[in-house]
Amino acid sequence: MKLGFITVLLTFTCSFALAQDLLIMGANLHTQSDAGVIENTDILIKDGRIAKIAPRIPTNKMIKVIKANGRPVTPALFAGVTVSGLSEVEAVSEAVDSSYRELYTELMHPEFDVRMAYNPHSSVIPITRVEGFGFALLAARGGDRTLSGHGGLVRFDGGYASFEGKPVIYVQTSGRSAASVGGSRVAHWMLLNQTFAEAMTDEDLTLITPQGAALLKSARDDGLFLFHADRAADIMRVLAFATEHKLSPIIHGGSEAWMVAKSLADAGVPVILNPLENLPASFESLGARLDNAAILHKAGVPIIFSSGETHNARKVRQLAGNAAANGLPHTAALAAISSTPAEVFGAEPRVASEGARADLVIWSGDPLEVTTQAQQVILGGIPDTMVSRQTLLRDRYLDTDSAMPRAYINP
Amino acid sequence: MRSIFAVLLSVLTVTVSATPFPSTYQPLSSSPTLITNATILTGDGRRLDEADMYISDGKVVWVGEGSVPSEGVNTIDASGKWLTPGIIDVHSHLGVYPSPGVSAHSDGNEATAPVTAEVWAEHSVWPQDPGFSRAIAGGITTLQILPGSANLFGGRSVTLKNVPQNTYQAMKFPGAPYGLKMACGENPKRVYGGRNQAPSTRMGNVAAYRASWIRAQRYIRDWEQYEQKMAKQSANVEADGDSNSALAAALIKPPKRDLELETLAGVLKGEILVHMHCYRADEMMTILDMADEFGYKLGTFHHGVEAYKIADELASNNVCGALWADWWGFKMEAYDGIQENIALVDRPENSCAIVHSDSDEGIQRLNQEAAKAMSKGQAVGLDIPPERAIRWITSNAAKSLGIAEQTGSLTPGKMADVVIWNQNPFSVYAKAQQVFIDGAMVFDRDNSALQPVSDFELGQLLEAAQ
Repeated sequence: MKLGFITVLLTFTCSFALAQDLLIMGANLHTQSDAGVIENTDILIKDGRIAKIAPRIPTNKMIKVIKANGRPVTPALFAGVTVSGLSEVEAVSEAVDSSYRELYTELMHPEFDVRMAYNPHSSVIPITRVEGFGFALLAARGGDRTLSGHGGLVRFDGGYASFEGKPVIYVQTSGRSAASVGGSRVAHWMLLNQTFAEAMTDEDLTLITPQGAALLKSARDDGLFLFHADRAADIMRVLAFATEHKLSPIIHGGSEAWMVAKSLADAGVPVILNPLENLPASFESLGARLDNAAILHKAGVPIIFSSGETHNARKVRQLAGNAAANGLPHTAALAAISSTPAEVFGAEPRVASEGARADLVIWSGDPLEVTTQAQQVILGGIPDTMVSRQTLLRDRYLDTDSAMPRAYINP
Repeated sequence: MRSIFAVLLSVLTVTVSATPFPSTYQPLSSSPTLITNATILTGDGRRLDEADMYISDGKVVWVGEGSVPSEGVNTIDASGKWLTPGIIDVHSHLGVYPSPGVSAHSDGNEATAPVTAEVWAEHSVWPQDPGFSRAIAGGITTLQILPGSANLFGGRSVTLKNVPQNTYQAMKFPGAPYGLKMACGENPKRVYGGRNQAPSTRMGNVAAYRASWIRAQRYIRDWEQYEQKMAKQSANVEADGDSNSALAAALIKPPKRDLELETLAGVLKGEILVHMHCYRADEMMTILDMADEFGYKLGTFHHGVEAYKIADELASNNVCGALWADWWGFKMEAYDGIQENIALVDRPENSCAIVHSDSDEGIQRLNQEAAKAMSKGQAVGLDIPPERAIRWITSNAAKSLGIAEQTGSLTPGKMADVVIWNQNPFSVYAKAQQVFIDGAMVFDRDNSALQPVSDFELGQLLEAAQ
């Protein structure tokens, strides 16, 4: 038993120690930095980082070479606000760990940290990764309390604790979520005001635990508060609340954010949105429109895209493409699913420049086009196998002439 | 004498229209239109480059080459643009689950009993759903509105032409057959099992379907027997002019009309098409066997996340698969979803692969959904050019809805349901420039006068919209 463990450990360690230097030749590199797109460049990767970006880098036998042949290369993308690794199957409640409800304490628990349940071996992770995604924001989804917990960025590199960036506290303030707090969004604000008053002033705690109070205090200094708000009026309320309590807020939803773009820009508050939303899905999003992202970007608001999906999180690339098709500059659309989320959530930069993490993707074409495929994902300088449970299922059934049942085809 | 018997009969007979809630659809006004220099995907598998098409009187007159009257023809130069048949979505809940999605609008599932074949989706359709006009901007010219999947038998569907009208009757596709929505698997057993009532298992689902088909067979037999008796008595009346015979005929009681069984009988008689929500391959095979048992034809499996596992069986049974490009994992029966599903279902000869939306977002960009599915197929070496993939959202969809004679391809004589795209529609950047339904332009991206706005949206956010 012990021996087995050591062997595994050695193999594991070795695979990292032996991570070969890598040279991507002839890339059209979307740096996501001021360098813009560098055409026909080589990229040398050493020890998991980009060592050099130059037109023609000499190679040798020790270096593994991947020819990009003019294909686009981008930083590995951001899959949005997801519960990847927290939910195997959405409707199988025993396999989902992303929210709490009907807890016996009746308190709010911002200290509910979804990262403690994160499972890097979930089939969702490689299924998302092979489509060109390297990281996501883990969500503490709305349960029945105003503060639904906290999460943060996770890398899809298979690590048990591949977390980065600042803690992100999830705050529910929408009308839809108000049912559990008496039927009015006013109750959310009432409870939040009291909670923050208690947490910040060492009063007797009635709505949160001491741990929750400590978390809120520290998050005020070095954390982010993600408010779910679509309606313009609700967004303005978030801005006022955040100012009053000296919080760094992020708007999640933001269907009507374009209506208050200037206020958001002035306050420097980022918006996480789904640029496909153009229907009055509720009375909170009567103003939803396809050029929301374009208007916000033009006003100077940092934008990030998320579909809110986990299993189909890969769709976020299509979201960015549609935003680009509706007035958002292509670079800004790509930034909204790469560099901007990394920056906003306090992670390592997701840009392709020397010294940066070698989390890269080689694409068959325009990375925002729906017919484009991620052809090689590289995370931490290691080329991915590009195999997922879905590619295996595909290959098992792609075969047309098998005498034996499919169960015997193990691609 | 005859008239007396007729009167006697009529006082005892109830009047029932054979086609209640009839279509009042009228094409909007149109003028003969020549569209030139387009890349045309005909919808039946052909591609014509730098080609022309002429539509007149609401119909496709010719595609490729033909003559045009010297006067009164509106010409559209479509150089660099692409032309396809109007896009058809076989799975929509617009109107029955409209925007805004408030509970007062939740009219898609009569989830009060597992068998509700008696309900008709059209009676829930809210024509002011802003989703209809969003779908026009995505090139949708025809769509089937289905009840939800809470029930084993969810009710009748309705096929609509996507024209913004105040009543569903004015949208109702003339002559389109009704569909019956049925559902396999998790949804019915969860909804009713959760109430500790049948069905709570998949075997419970199947037992309840079969019990219903048995009742429907009985219902058909009762009516046939009644009609036979009536025919016999009528013959007697004709023969002897005997008022006693007439009275006897009038006293033959018809079976009690039953809306639920009328719909089920419609399926068994081949008049109503079955649209079956089903995810797992094994369940779909059970359903095909059940259709054989009761002698009806299964039309289309919807969602079919595992359809790729039985692609050959679907094709050989002449069953369509209406599928998503990439949805999976939201429930256990969707766990084995793969992005090549549509391409693999499309692979066998005589296949009928369809891209459906089941979504007020997806219906706006069914071309992108098809593009994703096409590219995933191409990436594993399947030969799927755009002229083949377009069938998934045009002619195959029309076949599924039983309207392939009228629409779904740019064939002379068919309805002039047409989309002009600004570029190859299999792209995230593609946009429908102009949309025609029965030859009438119902949407023009460059002309706000041809961009419909529902009553609900009119006047909202007046201050913000400056």
